[in-house]
Amino acid sequence: MNITQLSVFLENRKGRLAEVCSLLGRHQINIRALTIAETESFGVLRIVVDKPEEAAALLKEHRITANVTNVVAVEVPDKPGGLAGVLKVLADHDVNVEYMYGFVEKASDNALMVFRFDAVEPAIKVLSDNRIRIVSAEHIRGL
Amino acid sequence: MDVAFWNREIETMDRQRLTELQVTRLRDTLDQALHTPFYRRRLEKSGIRSGQDLGRLEELRALPFTTKDDLRKSFPFGLLAVDFSEVVRLHSSSGTTGVPTVIYLTQDDLDRWTDLVARCVVATGCTSKDVFQNMMTYGLFTGGLGLHYGAERVGMTVIPIGGGNTQRQIRVMKDFKTTVVHITPSYLLHIHSRLAEFDTRPEDLSLRRAFVGAEPHSENTRKKLEDLYGIDAYNSYGLSEMNGPGVAFECVYKQDMHIWEDAYVVEIIDPATGEVLDDGQKGELVLTILTRRAMPLLRYRTRDLAFLHAEPCPCGRTHRRLSRILGRTDDMLIINGVNVFPSQIEEVVMAVPEVGTNYQIQVDKVGALDRLTVKVEIYPKMFTGDAALLDRLKARIAEKLRASITINPRVELHEPGVLPAFEGKAKRVVDNRQEM
Repeated sequence: MNITQLSVFLENRKGRLAEVCSLLGRHQINIRALTIAETESFGVLRIVVDKPEEAAALLKEHRITANVTNVVAVEVPDKPGGLAGVLKVLADHDVNVEYMYGFVEKASDNALMVFRFDAVEPAIKVLSDNRIRIVSAEHIRGL
Repeated sequence: MDVAFWNREIETMDRQRLTELQVTRLRDTLDQALHTPFYRRRLEKSGIRSGQDLGRLEELRALPFTTKDDLRKSFPFGLLAVDFSEVVRLHSSSGTTGVPTVIYLTQDDLDRWTDLVARCVVATGCTSKDVFQNMMTYGLFTGGLGLHYGAERVGMTVIPIGGGNTQRQIRVMKDFKTTVVHITPSYLLHIHSRLAEFDTRPEDLSLRRAFVGAEPHSENTRKKLEDLYGIDAYNSYGLSEMNGPGVAFECVYKQDMHIWEDAYVVEIIDPATGEVLDDGQKGELVLTILTRRAMPLLRYRTRDLAFLHAEPCPCGRTHRRLSRILGRTDDMLIINGVNVFPSQIEEVVMAVPEVGTNYQIQVDKVGALDRLTVKVEIYPKMFTGDAALLDRLKARIAEKLRASITINPRVELHEPGVLPAFEGKAKRVVDNRQEM
């Protein structure tokens, strides 16, 4: 039930983000969700793409420093309180969220939330037990 | 111009008597040096078994040079010429990486160093009525304590404040009506830029003189300092291997620094060949200290480039004048008065597993002060995607660097392949500062 996120180290240089995204675009890789964690001097770009293995190989070939991380994608009703509901379930079961970010899906009334958990397996169990829909890698590929 | 002397007899001694005094003291120094295994080997190779074997001063040239590396290799006691129990003071290079160097002083040695510094202080016109704010670093650095003891000997009121905390420095200058400061030229400039912040104008201060040293600076910078504050600024030269400050100092005429030849044999050499050059020719300053029993140093290569003036000074002193320091023969940097070797930085960077072996050192001038930036490339395999980890890595590298070089560098993390890579002896240092 994990999906693959790529974390890309970006130094704080003009056009660097555009370069990386353009590279992915040229190789027909589609970004499903993204966020950037920035600090004073560099950023970490986190992306969920449709073809993660290809993307990882592509970045490596172009000597772009990137790492693969396991995250969980969850469907959340796209209405006020949708996210809060999911977060309450996690908090009630002592599941710690390291970070998260979200996208609105085109073809449904749901938003896609990407979670990075400290402990993945227990988190997946809590979500499943509470009938919160976890999105599979295949689904991400086909979005 | 009023000229005062701390020790008129020595300071105005005619050249012949001065040379005779040097020979006498050099013979004693050689005898003392023979107590150390390091010098015994070398001196015997040169045919010297006792100080009496030295005839004329020029025979010193037959001896090999002593280098910083020799000091490192002898650390800690290889050059100590007395019983350790006789040492009342030692000064050492600080930092946690690389091999340190150390100098030792007996009580007599310390008294003679203090006397030299007192001589310098009086040469600038200071008296016991002056209030002296010593803004150089205390501790293992020789700059603070060196001037402190000499200024006290003259009877000045000494404020042992050390460096930093600009607000407090200004406050103290006003509270106690400081008339003299000992400081780096860049810090003195910096303070001027901040006076207004603390509702102070130069006229509100009682400053009349500044002893400036620890970093090379031009005549223009000296004049600028004098104009900004309405003071006289005196150039000062020293190095810890030769005790510290007090080796050479300007007199009231401010036409370069009298180097005290009763305490040091001064040579200027061609750094490539070792040939001794004439007055007026630029080369590497080589010093032999004549007044330190605990740790003699013979023909020590300072790696500072300078020349000696042949012409006498209007003040009447017969000790020759040393020019401003014109450069280095090695790659040492001076950042806000602190000596930094690129190799110290390299040693720290190489020991951090998360960064690759490519790095760059950049020095810029920001306002009046120097700023050091160390750029490193992260090692891709160590990247986990965690931004907070990278922040902590940056902080850790900065902390290790600070422990080694004692100043606070900026650290920048870069992607691999971004910094220029060189083969062989990499040109790792980019110094953007213009001559000060």
